[in-house]
Amino acid sequence: MTAWARDLWITFRQFLETFGALQLFFLRLLAYSPKTLVRFRLVSQQIYNTGALSLVIIMSCGLFTGMVLGLLGYDSLSRYGSEEFVGTFAALALTKELGPVLTALLFAGRAGTTLSTEIGLMRATDQLSGMEMMAVDPIKRVVVPRFLGGVLSMPLLAAVFSSMGIFGAYLVGVGLMGVDEGAFWSQMQSNIEWADIREGIIKSVIFGVAASLLAVFEGYNAFPTAEGVGRSTTRTVVITAIVVLVLDFMVTAAML
Amino acid sequence: MPEPTQSEYIVEVEDVHYSRGGKPIFTGLNIQFKRGEVTAVMGPSGTGKTTLLGLVTGRLIPDHGRVLVYGENISALQRERLYELRKHMGMLFQAGALLTDLSVFENVAFPLREHTRLPDRLIRHIVLTKLHAVGLRGAWQMLPGELSGGMGRRVGLARAMVMDPSLLIYDEPFVGLDPISLGVIVRLVRRMNDALDISSIVVSHDVAEVSSVADCSYLISDGKVVASGTPEDLHNDGNEVVRQFMSGMADGPVPFHYPSPDYHEQLLHRDKEK
Repeated sequence: MTAWARDLWITFRQFLETFGALQLFFLRLLAYSPKTLVRFRLVSQQIYNTGALSLVIIMSCGLFTGMVLGLLGYDSLSRYGSEEFVGTFAALALTKELGPVLTALLFAGRAGTTLSTEIGLMRATDQLSGMEMMAVDPIKRVVVPRFLGGVLSMPLLAAVFSSMGIFGAYLVGVGLMGVDEGAFWSQMQSNIEWADIREGIIKSVIFGVAASLLAVFEGYNAFPTAEGVGRSTTRTVVITAIVVLVLDFMVTAAML
Repeated sequence: MPEPTQSEYIVEVEDVHYSRGGKPIFTGLNIQFKRGEVTAVMGPSGTGKTTLLGLVTGRLIPDHGRVLVYGENISALQRERLYELRKHMGMLFQAGALLTDLSVFENVAFPLREHTRLPDRLIRHIVLTKLHAVGLRGAWQMLPGELSGGMGRRVGLARAMVMDPSLLIYDEPFVGLDPISLGVIVRLVRRMNDALDISSIVVSHDVAEVSSVADCSYLISDGKVVASGTPEDLHNDGNEVVRQFMSGMADGPVPFHYPSPDYHEQLLHRDKEK
């Protein structure tokens, strides 16, 4: 066997091993989740850390994304005399696609890195080993609350992102470009269906699970050195970005 | 509480072989830790002292042999039973391993909050008692980041004994401390063992401190026990490794230099390495 084929085989085997470990880890998190939800204080603390503390970046990015959509939408639609559809255009793009996807990417950058670094540093400074020695399972006490906090925060953050985006489109479309306010909202109301919103919710839940799982998995398995923690943090962002976009394609295709 | 056993030993390491990354760490290690005594494990850096604690606490599994803790083969236990056993063991980590987002008080209260349903008033009472025992009752509100190394280790000790364990394990408790903190920790190790009637395992390479607290010491080198007995026995041992370690000689059976090619050869043929 040539060297490159052997390297390829080793890489493929490592990928399969990591993927298998990720699935087992996920199953363990799911198994522990019901009991952790009973101790909701631990989860609510993490919802605050991952959700509430991400609000500023989510709201500001949502606002400007919506404003850009308002501008682009107006520019395109006004060529056909349909500028009152700018609200519908922005709302559809945000609820179905941009809201969940951009929120997941921002979540990976803001909350995912925090989760990964926090758990990785706890590993590097023996805090997780200390818990194990105190007969406290770190997965139950540290990982699951963070995972659940992320999973519960993501759909809420996506909703905030989309809402701010629609508000941004309103500011530009109605406030700046002079689209009729009644037409802006009524067109949106009559053209956006429950199925569109449901698609956005499903996506944000799936992305929330994926982004939170990858962040806690990378943190928990970080090599216990400064370099190892840094590497796992970087991997969290990179892998989450790829996984979210791949999942987005798959979910969109499945729901067409 | 673990089942009481007839053995006079609280921990027995029997013919343990353990290797990491293909490199053998232990090759037939036998150590017995007596109940009620402070037993020290010494050895040069890199001989696997901390690895031994990993085996004793069930965090590592030996390739061969067994480790009996409270008479139970710890590596064969299910997670639930292992955790049940660990509730009766306290461990002081080298760096304290305090939870950095919790205050000193909450760090010490952590095992109680996780394993008991005691009312807050009682938890407060127990925690303050333990903090008082290590002299840090006044620091209960501080965060781990505000503590010195010695204080952090004392908080770690208070936390290790908050569940009233029957076995306390210390991983390098004397490293990097100023003389005052060092003296405090040395006295605490002895006092806790005698006052609480527990057993202690101290892993360290600080000969003077270990000699002052240990009832019995083991010296390990090259994966095996090379000497054991009271600190005096070790000081009088004729084995060259023991003499080198106890008197702190830089070179001897344990070489100063890590295995390396010839010095001049390496200096003169630098290009070859590239």
